[in-house]
Amino acid sequence: MSLLAVEGLTVAFPGNIAVREASFAIAPGETLALVGESGCGKSVTAFSVMRLLAPNARVTAGRILFDGIDLLAMTPAAMREIRGKQISLIQQEPMTSLNPVLSIGAQIAEVIRRHERVTRKAARARVVELLELVRIPDAARRIDDYPHNLSGGMRQRVMIAMAVACGPKLLIADEPTTALDVTTQSQVLDLLDDLRRRLGMAVLLITHDLGVVAQWADRICVMYAGRIVEQAAIGAFFTRPMHPYSRGLLGARVDVGADEHYSLNRLSEIPGSVGSAAGEAGCAFAPRCPLVVPGCRLAVPPLIAQGERAVACPVVI
Amino acid sequence: MTALLSVRDVHTRYGVGKQVLRAVDGVSFDVERGETVGLVGESGCGKSTLGKTILRLVPSAEGEIRLDGADITHLGARAMAPHRRRMQMIFQDPFGSLNPRQTIRTVLDTALKVHGQGDRGERARRLQEIVARVGLPADALDRYPHEFSGGQRQRIGIARALVLQPALIVCDEPVSALDVSIQAQILNLLVDLKRDLGLSYLFISHDLSVVRYFADRVLVMYLGRIVESASHATLWRDPRHPYTKALFAAVPSADPTHKRAAPPIKGELTTDLSAGCRFNARCPAATERCRVEEPLLRPVGEGHHAACHFA
Repeated sequence: MSLLAVEGLTVAFPGNIAVREASFAIAPGETLALVGESGCGKSVTAFSVMRLLAPNARVTAGRILFDGIDLLAMTPAAMREIRGKQISLIQQEPMTSLNPVLSIGAQIAEVIRRHERVTRKAARARVVELLELVRIPDAARRIDDYPHNLSGGMRQRVMIAMAVACGPKLLIADEPTTALDVTTQSQVLDLLDDLRRRLGMAVLLITHDLGVVAQWADRICVMYAGRIVEQAAIGAFFTRPMHPYSRGLLGARVDVGADEHYSLNRLSEIPGSVGSAAGEAGCAFAPRCPLVVPGCRLAVPPLIAQGERAVACPVVI
Repeated sequence: MTALLSVRDVHTRYGVGKQVLRAVDGVSFDVERGETVGLVGESGCGKSTLGKTILRLVPSAEGEIRLDGADITHLGARAMAPHRRRMQMIFQDPFGSLNPRQTIRTVLDTALKVHGQGDRGERARRLQEIVARVGLPADALDRYPHEFSGGQRQRIGIARALVLQPALIVCDEPVSALDVSIQAQILNLLVDLKRDLGLSYLFISHDLSVVRYFADRVLVMYLGRIVESASHATLWRDPRHPYTKALFAAVPSADPTHKRAAPPIKGELTTDLSAGCRFNARCPAATERCRVEEPLLRPVGEGHHAACHFA
């Protein structure tokens, strides 16, 4: 059974529907990447799972089943028991997610003591173990440091320590390395992957970087303008992306391994921008799509599953 | 023929309380006419400060900056004005670098007015040309920044840099804030402009893939110093400095079958500038010599320099 099953999730903000009929599932221990451009609804999807949506957002349809229980039907009190214990979240900017006036040790201990009955002393010992687990050197001393004493990469490690403190089954990582340098990025993602294996967590990895997806995820969900347009296993996706948007994304990306230079070849572009289809019926990608046919502008193409793969484009199937 | 831009042993320092931060610490390089020089490095390495120093937006403490052979290092504001027109900047954040209360026409026209370019009719014509040239709709001039998407705003930033017909443009992370599909549009535009207008770029970026595609020559910066410089083809085929190698190895490839090597370096950029090589604490190949003696940038091949004892 899936650990998490999102079914037909639709999230509306005043004047804007951010997520439309999104369905996907995550198996225990798996890393699923949720990919798309800014504003495509990937973070809103994650926040829906955490039940941390802004007050003006409304889930208008769908279910979010975690271990078979609908999170959307839970009381706020029951949800607080799940958040941080069964499902936790790390965000892009570790500086704004950490409390600047509390030591990092106190912040991690707070999570443990919120969910488990342990003494202060025992919690502190656990925090040192956790800091060692996320490979912060000299953990016993750094435990009393404040966020401003730490570099960006170290802060993100603290966030990870806090997120895994109670052994969650699902970790949602929302652009966990976007604010970090590339050498730090691979260290942090390797650490996350190692923890996933050791603790048997599933990871929902939200990113816009296809390189990160190729190297660290098992499956991918591509979102465009609030809808999931393609789902596939990593190998299949990168050998043969199907949806025109997925193809466009891979084509527009400059890969560090490819022998490309402006003097030799022009980058392939996806023309226009996400806003191009505002207010129009049919497929949201149609105004930018090289394969567009008249039918695309009539109705929204459904996500059609073929084995492990699903694509929302009748033209390529 | 002299280089368009020539930078010699430039130092830039910031006072941080009682301490002094040596953000740029003895950097020398040239940008030839029509050339794109890429400047890569991690955040905090001094690459943006170097860009601002060249444009005289922050003062340099030592060294010499020449534009078209003229020494502009110590020119006063009035004497600097004609040179400013020759070098412009494109910023990372197209949202933060445009005044939200000015129409695009005001933004662009101000630059021309400040530099006393043309009469009213001529300026209006120039603005229309430039807006079309960067791929914006003709009615863009009378709209405000918030009416544009991120990619379009970056086109406005490019138009503002171009309107004075500069020879050199310093691009500071011009595509880092943009989505992948928009990045390609902007990079293609910059390539076209360079070709059509004979521009030179100093292209500052932390993104190696983009620099690999876009630059003719690449400078790798670490803690205020250039640690390696080479033509783009040489650098990617044969990186010599351990830091450059580590940077390349850390970029995730979009090929899942491409096996990722374990991170070759540990830790993060520090500000520890004690004796020896600045990279030695993170370097997998550091020896006793690296802890004592600072390596200088020296030739290691045709047009290829590296600052490592073992390169």
